[in-house]
Amino acid sequence: MARLPATPEQLIAAFGPHKNYPPQQGFPGRDEPDRVVKTHCCFCGMQCGIKLLVKNNRVVGFDPWEEFPYNEGRLCPKGVQRYLQNNHPDRLLHPLERAEGTGFRRIGWDAALDRTVSEIRRIQATHGPHAFGMLSGVSLTNEKSYLVGKFARLALKTRNLDYNGRLCMVSAGAGNKKAFGLDRASNTYADLAHAEVIMICGTNVSETFPTLTHWIWQARDNGAKLIVVDPRQTPIARTADLHLPVRPGRDSALYGALLHQLVKHDWLDHDFIAQHTTGFQATAEAVKDYDLSWAERETGIVATDIMRAAEMWGRAKTSFLLHARGIEHHTKGVENVLSCINLVLATGRIGRPYCGYGTITGQGNGQGGREHGHKCDQLPGNRDIENPEHRAHVARVWGVPEPEIPHKGLTAYEIIEAIHRGEIRGLITICFNPLVSLPNNNYVRAAFEKLEHYTAIDFFLNETARHADIVLAGSLHEEEDGTVTTAEGRVVRIRQAVTPPGEARTDTEILLELARRLGAGDKFAFRNSEEIFTELRHASQGGTADYFGITYEKIEKTMGVFWPCPTLDHPGTPRLWEDRNFATPDGKAHFNPVSYRDPGETTDSEFPVILTTGRVVSQYLSGTQTRRIGRLVDQYPEPMLEIHPELAAKYGIRDGDLVRVATRRGSAEFPAQIVETIRPDTIFIPYHWPGRKSANQLTSGELDPISKIPEFKVCAAQLHPLGKPEPQADRATAFAST
Amino acid sequence: MQNTQIRTDEEFFVDPQRCIGCRACEMACAECETNGQTSMIHVDYVDRAVSPQTSVQVCMHCEDPACARVCPADAITKDEFGIVHTANTARCISCANCVLACPFGVPKKIETTQIMMKCNMCYDRTSAGKRPMCATVCPSGALWFGKREKMAQMRPHSTPVNTFFFGAQTVRTKVNIMMPAGSTALRVD
Repeated sequence: MARLPATPEQLIAAFGPHKNYPPQQGFPGRDEPDRVVKTHCCFCGMQCGIKLLVKNNRVVGFDPWEEFPYNEGRLCPKGVQRYLQNNHPDRLLHPLERAEGTGFRRIGWDAALDRTVSEIRRIQATHGPHAFGMLSGVSLTNEKSYLVGKFARLALKTRNLDYNGRLCMVSAGAGNKKAFGLDRASNTYADLAHAEVIMICGTNVSETFPTLTHWIWQARDNGAKLIVVDPRQTPIARTADLHLPVRPGRDSALYGALLHQLVKHDWLDHDFIAQHTTGFQATAEAVKDYDLSWAERETGIVATDIMRAAEMWGRAKTSFLLHARGIEHHTKGVENVLSCINLVLATGRIGRPYCGYGTITGQGNGQGGREHGHKCDQLPGNRDIENPEHRAHVARVWGVPEPEIPHKGLTAYEIIEAIHRGEIRGLITICFNPLVSLPNNNYVRAAFEKLEHYTAIDFFLNETARHADIVLAGSLHEEEDGTVTTAEGRVVRIRQAVTPPGEARTDTEILLELARRLGAGDKFAFRNSEEIFTELRHASQGGTADYFGITYEKIEKTMGVFWPCPTLDHPGTPRLWEDRNFATPDGKAHFNPVSYRDPGETTDSEFPVILTTGRVVSQYLSGTQTRRIGRLVDQYPEPMLEIHPELAAKYGIRDGDLVRVATRRGSAEFPAQIVETIRPDTIFIPYHWPGRKSANQLTSGELDPISKIPEFKVCAAQLHPLGKPEPQADRATAFAST
Repeated sequence: MQNTQIRTDEEFFVDPQRCIGCRACEMACAECETNGQTSMIHVDYVDRAVSPQTSVQVCMHCEDPACARVCPADAITKDEFGIVHTANTARCISCANCVLACPFGVPKKIETTQIMMKCNMCYDRTSAGKRPMCATVCPSGALWFGKREKMAQMRPHSTPVNTFFFGAQTVRTKVNIMMPAGSTALRVD
């Protein structure tokens, strides 16, 4: 049984979150470090270069790494404070076993690993191999992502492996594969520099990718016009030339209407369309009725602004379109992505200098982590687990008969549903905190309570790991060597700065030892991360995400290599599609018709307000790391309900008043922050907090039919003003809310 | 000043419109050992109810610093490079005259130690040829440190301004504020 073994208060007292601050004069030894380690920040897909200062095997400070070409020393507050996750009082130092009534007790590695392995064997012997599942995460390096994929298939022998990328960029990945046959941002951010128009769609760049702001301003200094599509006036939207405050869930109506105008005014690149694409006619036909008045009704954006955007995009000679979770976290996530790509293809502005397109990957290794096989339908090199040739290639590299590789399994949220149905009875997780990050998380909690066995690998005891039977103390980003792939497709080196403290082990050591104990040790005879990367290179060779020509040495020399890089003498590919040879079977870029449809849940008289969710600059994802860093917690201590003064007045809500927000899935109380910077029909709550402060108690688990991403960005809500401010103590403890 | 590699050809530029309110500057500033986890740069919302606009305030290092002029203990000095240094801890009597006098609201009296503290343009870094920490980490270019010619080339739509009118008073500063191209001064009143 995976119910909590003690009260949440007991568990928090023992394992946190506790806020970590440096001593007033800094950590001892910071001025005379033993080593200065050039590595990267762990907190988003930008992967900013940073130097960590190490003394006595502890990270004691940071220094900007000004030579790294993407960020040249620039950092956001998470980057400045990231060093505080090491040397942290909550750090797990040894394996744990649940102790009913008291929480967890310390156990040795042999006992912890034996218990995990015997439970895997017991459950699989009784219920079949796929009754034991695994959930992974894309803050892991490429090496660990690859290793998890291989571990689940060959050691655990389950098909039910998926990852938290399912909450991140799967809609973009699916859209890109449909349109281009390959899933990577088509350009580096250097191509922003002289783009005439930049359109950023559903991405709060200034809070989620702060260092990208520099590149956008650089373009604006060169004359670029900036269009921002967002239901809120974010800091980047505030200064935009044109802000389109789209009604949540209506994105594809806007992009369809823009395409309608491109066609109507013949702002099209006919040569490009004719020579290098398919599907234009059907795509144009799909938007033939999407005129401005229709678009204004659907999107809530005034028609003249939609027309202005169409004209700016249509008349430009160069452009760059960027999108992120704002359009991807939808039951129509893939359609939204495709409707954006259609605008890029219609104008032929791709594969040339300053003509760019891409999703902005959110997680630390959101790009590389989605390429090398810890996703339920994928094998390394972004191969398809159901494609016989792909399976044969990977089987050869792994040295196993092809039938030994399991077939496609369930996606992350479907795994939760399968636990409810009793089909999955045991689980191992690494780098994933689903009780905070998955939607409708009371339902998710109930699933974890049904598990017969749950082993968690983590460095802090996150909210989900509190339900574990066995906790294996793993490694932080700075405790292991490896590579990650940035949002630009640049493969960079993560350098081990320190070794895991106490008895904690690297994630890699833990997975290798589990594999050995499961009887698959011969397939996991890696001595270090570089050996895993070497096998990854071979496994990816010939796939769309081809890393074969990338080596650690080459990365060191060039500060990063852009895949695809198929041969050792290949320089890498910063800009895709210069040869107009798209990675689709017919070599063409594919238009995909998108007919607008409503989001999974629309407002009605019972639930009349649109709820949308997102991030704040000082927190990262489910907050396992950033809710433990004092200054980041203090900057934005608790989730607040952003509400427009018109909507607030309608309900008699005063600034700071507590409001109970209810959806069909649950309810929660948040203090109101009354701001004119949000649509009057929409409220916003950031999602990084746990327990009673979790916005994901409210969100919908409805999934995109293709990408299976949940619809975090829109659902229908009720507001119940409580007419009183929040108790101060609740604000102070929100970071560790129960 | 001895033993310095201060780059006299590099200047500090602040472009408030680019501030995204992330507070990387505050956090990086607080990390400096001489600041003891207190930031010398300050980010505030202008009026969050109507806009996410934030503004950032760093010591402007005045040519004729009011803080130094009103200091009865001669604790505040301006050096040959134009950097107005934080209060000499041995001299500061914690009278807070400087706090009241500064037209930009920069010096802070630290109640726990009864000493005034303010930005000294990362003297430990700039004297070693490095850029100030806040301007190194700023992700949006709201804070930038470098050569004036480079700034002019990078941002042709803006002009650095270092003359401020506060009523009848004119204040000139070492630190520049980026204004629309062609501006010559910022009138605050």
